Amino acid sequence: MLLSPAARARRRLAEMAGRGVLFAVTSVAALSVLAIIFFIARDALPFFTQVGMREFFLSTEWYPSHQPPQFGAAAIFVGTFLVTAAAVVLAVPIGLFAALCMSDILPFGLRQLLKPVIEMLAAIPSVVYGFFALTVVAPLVQDAGRWLPGDIQIDSGVNALTASLILGVMALPTIVSVSEDALQAAGRELREGSYALGATRAETLFKVVIPASISGLFSAVLLGIMRVMGETMVVWMASGNAAQIPKPWYNLLLPVRTLTATIAGDMGEADQMTGSTHYHVLFAMGLCLLLMSFACNLAGEWVVARQRKKLRGG
Amino acid sequence: MKRSVLMSVALGLSVAAAQAQDKLIVDGSTTVGPIAKAFAEVIMRQNPGVNITVSESGSGNGAKALLNGTCDVACLSRNLKDSERKAMDEKGVKPVVHVVAFDALPVIVHPSNPVKGLTIDQVRDIYTGKITNWKEVGGADQRIVVISRDTNSGTYETFKDLVLGKDNKIIASAEYTGSNGGMRQRVQMTRGAIGYAGLGFVDRTIKALEINGVMPSAETVSAKQYPLSRELYLFTNGEPAADTLAGKFLSMSRTEKGREIIEEIGFVPVPDAK
Repeated sequence: MLLSPAARARRRLAEMAGRGVLFAVTSVAALSVLAIIFFIARDALPFFTQVGMREFFLSTEWYPSHQPPQFGAAAIFVGTFLVTAAAVVLAVPIGLFAALCMSDILPFGLRQLLKPVIEMLAAIPSVVYGFFALTVVAPLVQDAGRWLPGDIQIDSGVNALTASLILGVMALPTIVSVSEDALQAAGRELREGSYALGATRAETLFKVVIPASISGLFSAVLLGIMRVMGETMVVWMASGNAAQIPKPWYNLLLPVRTLTATIAGDMGEADQMTGSTHYHVLFAMGLCLLLMSFACNLAGEWVVARQRKKLRGG
Repeated sequence: MKRSVLMSVALGLSVAAAQAQDKLIVDGSTTVGPIAKAFAEVIMRQNPGVNITVSESGSGNGAKALLNGTCDVACLSRNLKDSERKAMDEKGVKPVVHVVAFDALPVIVHPSNPVKGLTIDQVRDIYTGKITNWKEVGGADQRIVVISRDTNSGTYETFKDLVLGKDNKIIASAEYTGSNGGMRQRVQMTRGAIGYAGLGFVDRTIKALEINGVMPSAETVSAKQYPLSRELYLFTNGEPAADTLAGKFLSMSRTEKGREIIEEIGFVPVPDAK
């Protein structure tokens, strides 16, 4: 098949143009991430030079609109951690078991039915979750104190637990569908090989399928964590937004404040006109959130890379 | 050629003059903003061709805009500060005040709460954490759940001005909620709750407290008996003539439609001058 030189040149040109377009599209994604990091860091740095890290990370006095303002965000970091941890503790076991069930235990037909239903959880807007938390879950949580053993009185239905419950449910579709894909990717051959060696279904699942897809399961958990940490509307509506460290610190029944809710709640008043430090502190919080996500991502990459090496027999 | 240039200049000038007549710039408080916007809408509907822009940049910026001549009407949820008056005096700006409405701040609790009323001092002590149980103010043995509006809202600012004072801080365990509706929702389902909201948000699902012995209502507010209330102002540079756009805008709050709007937004209209 010989082409005339002109046709060959045309073909090469088309190929180059195609490549160029694809490269440009990819760059848009990469550049927007860099641009976001750049602009957030640019507006966050003035805060650290004006107020310093010490007050921000160690003090719990969060009075940004008081005169003089105080910017102690320690309680807000603890609140973020508490809500995220509780939601993850709730969502990860349920999510992983659901994925396992769907990929290896339930009959195919039921799985085809369940998967879209679980994925529909991701389609519900977060403000609807927040509204649900405020009007349905919060009163339930508040009344739950009566049925608990011991003398537990839950004063307020909007607290870390309510927010975590909802966030856990919101993280489920991410965890379920990513880990289910990972389990599926382990492949039929591996499973049949295991059965052929006389392993039971349980042995196959826990000794073959899960170890083979562990890096995928790990990414599922990390994506779930990042989903929970970044969620804003639900925590703003359902966590109570009290900038305090609960006593004791693991008490989920007290209201807490998170980084995301603080940024959302304070952005309006914190324009450059009225108080620039208050404006910059929100960017500092955004930068911290970004760095935490970044750390999660890196940890994920590292685990996946290590796992790949191990599977290859390195 | 020359004549047509002249003519077009003259035309342009007359158009510009007409525009100056038909244009009104309003700036200032976010609390008063909704009233100003509703007024502007009514006037613009009644007088096609006029243009009223309403910005909400805060009371302080409203005063600044009036001082610099960048707005015709400044909305303020407080009176002018001495420093602002002085600056205006030096610049030859003559601020004229018009009370547009009253704003009241009912303190609300769960309907089952037996407490009937509090003093301002007690409310302040509850919000600063000196009083933490309802039994300390004559109620049941129940921890108080302190709920505040977000620091973004004008309602919070009013509360801070009228109750808290400059140097007091709300206790760290206080909850914050993003809207008047959210506040009502939180208070009606939390037994130990105390909160505050605009007068328009008080209904039977929550209980408003007497403050210093006075129940908040449109009557007690306009009679200046209810202590947690304040006047909302419109300021102009000099008294505008009644037939100008600014004059129409200012007199709106005394009209039937204007009073209706003010009540709808949740404020108390100024009583008729008798």
